[in-house]
Amino acid sequence: MVKADTFERGVHPHESKELTAHKPIESAHLPRRVVIPLSQHIGAPAKPEVNIGEEVKRYQMIGSPPGFVSAPVHASISGKVIAISDFLHPSGRMVPSIVIESDGKDEPLPLEDNPDYLNLPPDEIKALIRDAGIVGLGGAAFPTSVKLSPPKEKPIDTVILNGAECEPYLTADHRLMVERPEDVVNGLKIIMRALGVPRGFIGIEMNKPDAIKVMKDATVGEGDIDVRQLKVKYPQGAEKMLIKAITGREVPPKGGLPMDVGVVVQNVGTAVAIYEAVRYRKPLIERVVTVTGRGVREPKNLKVRIGMMLSELIEDCGGLVDGAVKVIVGGPMMGFAQWSLDVPVVKGTSGVLVQTEEEFFPSEEYFACIRCGRCIDVCPMGLNPSMLSILSEKGHYEEAKEYNLFDCFECGSCAFICPSKRPIVQFIRLAKSQTKP
Amino acid sequence: MAVEQKRHPLIVSVSPHVRDRETVGRIMWSVNLSLMPALIASFYYFGPRAVFVTALCIISSVLSEYLFQKALKRQITISDGSAFLTGLLLGMNLPPSVPFYIPIVGSVVAVVITKQLFGGLGYNIFNPALIGRAFLLITWPRAMTTWSAPTAQFTALDAKTTATPLGILKEEGINKLIEEFGSKGDLYINLLFGNRAGSLGETSVILLLIGAAYLLYKRYITWHIPISFLSTVAILAWVFGGKEGLFTGDPLIHLLSGGLILGAFFMATDYVTCPTIRKGQIIFGIGCGAITMLIRLKGGFPEGVMFAILLMNCFAPLIDRNVKPELFGAVKEKKR
Repeated sequence: MVKADTFERGVHPHESKELTAHKPIESAHLPRRVVIPLSQHIGAPAKPEVNIGEEVKRYQMIGSPPGFVSAPVHASISGKVIAISDFLHPSGRMVPSIVIESDGKDEPLPLEDNPDYLNLPPDEIKALIRDAGIVGLGGAAFPTSVKLSPPKEKPIDTVILNGAECEPYLTADHRLMVERPEDVVNGLKIIMRALGVPRGFIGIEMNKPDAIKVMKDATVGEGDIDVRQLKVKYPQGAEKMLIKAITGREVPPKGGLPMDVGVVVQNVGTAVAIYEAVRYRKPLIERVVTVTGRGVREPKNLKVRIGMMLSELIEDCGGLVDGAVKVIVGGPMMGFAQWSLDVPVVKGTSGVLVQTEEEFFPSEEYFACIRCGRCIDVCPMGLNPSMLSILSEKGHYEEAKEYNLFDCFECGSCAFICPSKRPIVQFIRLAKSQTKP
Repeated sequence: MAVEQKRHPLIVSVSPHVRDRETVGRIMWSVNLSLMPALIASFYYFGPRAVFVTALCIISSVLSEYLFQKALKRQITISDGSAFLTGLLLGMNLPPSVPFYIPIVGSVVAVVITKQLFGGLGYNIFNPALIGRAFLLITWPRAMTTWSAPTAQFTALDAKTTATPLGILKEEGINKLIEEFGSKGDLYINLLFGNRAGSLGETSVILLLIGAAYLLYKRYITWHIPISFLSTVAILAWVFGGKEGLFTGDPLIHLLSGGLILGAFFMATDYVTCPTIRKGQIIFGIGCGAITMLIRLKGGFPEGVMFAILLMNCFAPLIDRNVKPELFGAVKEKKR
């Protein structure tokens, strides 16, 4: 038995990765139009830098960050700005967005290659990352340059690249590691240099033996970088769980951050984007998206321009099957169900999952909590989801805080395991929205 | 706005979008299944009376749940197996010779008063089957303590009455109990296989343990309550159970007799009425064991498992309030 790192508790949903795990990344077609939300990240929305009717080129900055915790957005195609207005975002909110209609030419602004990129000073690296609009591509979409600028009193000694990809169905990070291992490693080296950190890890779940092998091969001779295999368990790729698995350190509760234990975690996809931004000054205008589920005719891993509509993206996978009933942006454990296909792929979109009636569990019917305690056994944060859901159901939101309500990061393990099929995550979100930490 | 939005007939719900296959119904029916070996043994030892009593309990339990929910226009939940389980457990906790109205009244008390009036499955404070039995014991003390000797003949209709091993132990002492069964070895063997007087489903320890092993394997129950319950009983029996002073008791007789195995694995572990947190369950199990032995050794009844579990049911919410799971990061923070 090979040694595998992990955390306590967690669940084992069916992986369903076989639909796309062996399919190389293909490029999606050039979108006819893109909708680029000015807020694709945590923090202040970008301010539009173009006007309706203006011609833009690929890579052109069209929204600038108004503050430190923010990120610029760029045109992902060349064409004409046809609208600047509120538009539906995959999170379900209406978000100010810039709509560009393609001119079919996909004309780029020129990029430049800097082969000496590994010797750039840290401040310049961070500035390049910031200007490229890079945010965490694992899904949280926190501006990367901010994460790479911890305050002085929080010394960082370890960088972890997150290649766990613990969400079922998703294989975008898996394919990226298999196909571009050198770029992943170069991205990690840039991050380590920006932070002045001597130690780097790449954590990969053991259900991706090919990725583990190529990443190990790519790090031969890199004494300060270690590839670690992780037990296949959800939510292994959650920041806190990953840090625990690899370093044994536990991020403190009540708003503690990875930097409190000297760690910065970045997704492998983010590392590749960082490499491209620092070496070629390439802004983040595309990402790998796994389009999957039994509801699409031909599941694929696609390289997609930011802002491409789901309706257009699904065309590349042969369209929807007749029994398709649910479209989820993200993975099945934490993703958002969509009511319309007219939503764009954003920087944080790691997958589009289309479920058929057979895959879908009728979640509107649920029963009283029978207090079986399974949710407590699986909660990676050591919470009591049973109690939280009951308190929220009864409207006792303040009391829920005594049960560490705000330490829940909504991984969904509790609702996954619940035999009464209670929407525990929904109850917890409700309680969070009705009270303050 | 230039871009038109179309509606698609898509289902929207909160994450997670995949669920485990386990349901309340599957768990309840599995527990029912796990009790079958011991139930069949009871038919062998106590004959058609045992079949009659358990069938009556199950039918009355399921029917009273159905009628109650129908009358109050609530969702009918009899298919989840929990009313069936209450009836089954109540039946297994009755003497085989009880008159027909006892199973019926007991089932109504268990299902309607103890469970449904509190809001149905999930909301009841006490174990329904045990409240049903407690009610019957207080209402018809004579019928509820008249025990038939096992006949091991399915056709025997009139079994002779006798005392339970715990009754003999309490009234006449351990030597009389050994004499009754021949030798100490025979006593243990008969207790293990269930060839003794008692509530009809509690006697066959070995078959109950097979059912319990299935539940443990399927992770429908965990070791915490049964093991803490049984070890507390064993330790207290050894320390205080002997006539010749401290540390002279026979823990094995106490473990194998009465309703202990049925109670510890199948009734104290009832999700709804025990603590949810594993650490709390150990406290709960120790409490059950301590009260059981207090009643067995010092109380007026020979057996105390029922009252022990019911009393500890009262404490379950209190235990849950005060024993919390270990918050991620909290312990490390203190150590640092």
